[in-house]
Amino acid sequence: MTAAPVTTGPMPLIEQFSYGLDAPICLTWELTYACNLSCVHCLSSSGRRDPRELSTAECRAVIDELQRMQVFYVNIGGGEPTVRPDFWDLLDYATGHDVGVKFSTNGIKITPGVAQRLAASDYVDVQISLDGATAAVNDAVRGPGSYDTALRAMRNLADAGFAGFKISVVMTRHNVGQLDEFKALADGFGAQLRLTRLRPSGRGADVWDELHLTAGQQRQLYDWLVAHGSSVLTGDSFFHLSGYGAALPGLNLCGAGRVVCLIDPVGDVYACPFAIHPSFLAGNVRDRGGFARVWRESELFGGLRQPQSGGACESCSAYGACRGGCMAAKFFTGLPLDGPDPECVHGHGERALATADPKAAPRPAGDHSHRTRRAPVPLELSRRRPVEPARAGHPPVSACNPDPLAGFTPPAR
Amino acid sequence: MSTDFDLDGAWRLAPQVQVRPERFGALLYHFGTRQLSFLKSPALLTVISSLAAQPSARAACRAADVPDAELPGYRRALATLAASQMICRREPA
Repeated sequence: MTAAPVTTGPMPLIEQFSYGLDAPICLTWELTYACNLSCVHCLSSSGRRDPRELSTAECRAVIDELQRMQVFYVNIGGGEPTVRPDFWDLLDYATGHDVGVKFSTNGIKITPGVAQRLAASDYVDVQISLDGATAAVNDAVRGPGSYDTALRAMRNLADAGFAGFKISVVMTRHNVGQLDEFKALADGFGAQLRLTRLRPSGRGADVWDELHLTAGQQRQLYDWLVAHGSSVLTGDSFFHLSGYGAALPGLNLCGAGRVVCLIDPVGDVYACPFAIHPSFLAGNVRDRGGFARVWRESELFGGLRQPQSGGACESCSAYGACRGGCMAAKFFTGLPLDGPDPECVHGHGERALATADPKAAPRPAGDHSHRTRRAPVPLELSRRRPVEPARAGHPPVSACNPDPLAGFTPPAR
Repeated sequence: MSTDFDLDGAWRLAPQVQVRPERFGALLYHFGTRQLSFLKSPALLTVISSLAAQPSARAACRAADVPDAELPGYRRALATLAASQMICRREPA
């Protein structure tokens, strides 16, 4: 572990965090790449289960380790984590071992019965993903029927008395105009609204150009966030907007590999959930020494805990506020990590993108997307095979003849 | 945020709260409210940890060698922790 410089006076918390902690404050753990949906912006390119995914026993071992390291809560996601048959057992195991859980779901398994059970546990928080305040806006990103599924889950949670569950929205060009509607929806369910930033990660790389906020929309979002203060959660994902002026509530720093990280379904440990790429892979929980060793000894994380260069940004007056923005956003748009964020509020990112070679941008790794395509399915028409000629007194045998003895002739004695 | 805090009352860490010591102080997590707090000095951690064993919060500060001049700052920090249910009152021994 990298030691922070010894100082006699107290160092600001943000400085302490940038040198890393012996254990993450919290982490994201994606339990499976399997998902019933195929959201166009999925940050983990989920769809199909990976045969190498951690077994129940291996997941329990990770939870034991998190308990020893005093990681008090994990953000469980996927894929759709609730489609794992052992999901509810793992939830109980975690909360029984002092590891609180907040899990993200599209709501598919949140039946009235499940909602009752979840409402009974203090240690569990639920986050329903919704990317439009109307079915049209939501389903264009998350797929047909996904709005109804999410709303049904929210109603079930509210009916069960689950107060303060989260409604999590990835901000896009098409839903940023619905901020007040999202807030009203959350208030109506006694839920809390959470807004996060669209990243060019996973399948998000393919739609980022069309879906990411315009400069004017970023300003609109910033003003709205400032007006609503800490009543709206952001996962600290908009710290690049702090360049406008006043900092937004929360830790305005990139915690990747310093205070947060990602464990993916096959046990790979990445610096952050938006950086699934070999360049940000620190190790695997199956390695000797487990997760703790990866967290404490990986070279990659050690490097991230060194003082970072802001490069061209260091001379900018906003650098102290935005810290150069999001590492993953820069990486997957092909910008240098020590330069401006592609959505830099002063327009430096846009200018950098204009001269960058789009083909040079690294592609996200590990695609688990469904293989279905909306394309014609080739079929070959052929004649039916000739059937045996009908015997006297028997109709011709066809595929739908319900008689179990159809076509059976008892052998002659 | 209220800065009103009964320094002479008997306090304790709330039952559902766990503490993780850190170089800068500590991380506090309340499993019931699912809230995280950061204690920004090791001395504050000493105060929090000894609340249950001391007759009052003032006594816990004194036992942790908190100078009188710094007491108002500690009082504010304790008020914040009480407001977020990280610490709670207990019956005096």
